[in-house]
Amino acid sequence: MSSSAPSVEIPAVPASFPRLGARRLLVLGGLALFLGGTILGDVFAVFVLHPNADRIGQALVAATAAVRQHRAEDAGQSFAAIGGFLENRGTKVDAHSHMIGFGYLAMLLAILFPWIRLREAASRRLAVLLITGGVVLPVGVFGIHYVGLAYSPLESIGWASIVADGGGLLVVIACAGFLAGLWRQWREGETPAEDELLRDRSWAGRALMAGGTLLILAGFLHGAWYAGVDLYAQEQQDRDLLATMADSASLDPGPGLVPERAGAALNAYGTLQADHAVKIAAHAHIIEFGLIALMAGFFQPFVFLGEAWKRRWAVVLLLGSAILPVAVLLEVQFGLVAGGIADFGGALVIAALAGMLSGVLRYTGRLDATAGSLGSGGRA
Amino acid sequence: MKRSQQMLAVAGLALAVWAMGYGFYYAVWVEHQTLDHIGGSLAGAFQHAALRETAASHASLEDYARAKYVYTREVDAHSHWIGLAMVLLALAALWNRLPFGERTRGMLAGALILGSYGFPLGVLLQNPAGWGIGQGIAIAGSALLIVAFGGVAAGFARRV
Repeated sequence: MSSSAPSVEIPAVPASFPRLGARRLLVLGGLALFLGGTILGDVFAVFVLHPNADRIGQALVAATAAVRQHRAEDAGQSFAAIGGFLENRGTKVDAHSHMIGFGYLAMLLAILFPWIRLREAASRRLAVLLITGGVVLPVGVFGIHYVGLAYSPLESIGWASIVADGGGLLVVIACAGFLAGLWRQWREGETPAEDELLRDRSWAGRALMAGGTLLILAGFLHGAWYAGVDLYAQEQQDRDLLATMADSASLDPGPGLVPERAGAALNAYGTLQADHAVKIAAHAHIIEFGLIALMAGFFQPFVFLGEAWKRRWAVVLLLGSAILPVAVLLEVQFGLVAGGIADFGGALVIAALAGMLSGVLRYTGRLDATAGSLGSGGRA
Repeated sequence: MKRSQQMLAVAGLALAVWAMGYGFYYAVWVEHQTLDHIGGSLAGAFQHAALRETAASHASLEDYARAKYVYTREVDAHSHWIGLAMVLLALAALWNRLPFGERTRGMLAGALILGSYGFPLGVLLQNPAGWGIGQGIAIAGSALLIVAFGGVAAGFARRV
């Protein structure tokens, strides 16, 4: 990879991508946030998701058995445990999705940067604020399950939540600042200088943009189908199955800790939760990967790799982006096999992004080296 | 930068700020209490069942179902607003490559903006305004989005 001849020319004066400039901070910070969020999601899917779902199922069986035995307090404790498991799952999903979301935002702002009319110093401060918030919020959310309400001054919000909310506020402030810059540019009606990010017409760039658009459209259609066909039916089933568990355990005659009707409802409930989770995950991931493909398409001029490697990484990214959501959808029918294929798809996306990030880092390194040597030459 | 492109960029970033502001407000003042309510009513349903109080158990389950319905839509509105804001921003940057006249671009941009603001609003309105009105707005918003995005995808496909 590194030996292939780069296809981009490095400008002697990197005006649109200055060292430690706001735009470079947004590109590198955004890619790093996306990569970090994706790795967190993959680790979560492999090591936490399934064991956690098993523990929730066991606690629900214990709650049903407690109802059967008139042990109201034990039923309450089982649900307290379920609450903990759901919090463990929810906070990790939230940390994963917010980190990726902030990565997108940073990269999109880098793309739109020529249209944001702010002083470089102000833009840099806003970029630092955005990246800082983009790290602080997910780290805070991740900590919620472990920190709990320890030493908290509030009744239902712990310190980790407070830290996460502070991170969110930083991102809101940064985005409001960038919005003001965009508004100023619109009001003043000046045309910004042509920008290399928006000029690229390479094969890799076009393939990523067209592929990304199609992935997003597929995600929209899948979401509309899910909302129309499944959402309301699943909400009704959720309520009905829980009622069946409670009623059957409470009223059905016969021996056993879990009556037959309650047992069937428990199994159906597990399948329902799995079906709901995979459909939501497939919908979210196909749109997320579509967006990242679109953005990666923009950044191709800054990926300092040979054309062949740029094409390879583009194809790998699109392949992984299609494999993961489809395999996730098939997890209910094909279990761990589909789960493994989905993880493989996620690994392809991570590998492609890491490859592109290495190209961007090579580009920025070469820019700095060029600028440095020009500077030394000038002084001599 | 053409007017339709400017509209998309400003509307997209404004929607991102709005969505994050809503998410911040929701996380601080609503979410934890809502989750406690959902968990408490579900636990209550099973505890009443353990005491053979069937009517109270059913009432708690209805409370749980209602609270979860509201929570799902509140979180969905936040995540869809922010997701659609990203799509608007990405499209704003790509807009010059769309092989349509400014009039068609303007119509597509208008439909995308209306759908991006309207669809999650419809989802959220299902809570106070009931199933019909909210659902109608959400369906109209998502249909606008799909048609407009299909038009954009067709435009890009012509260029590849």
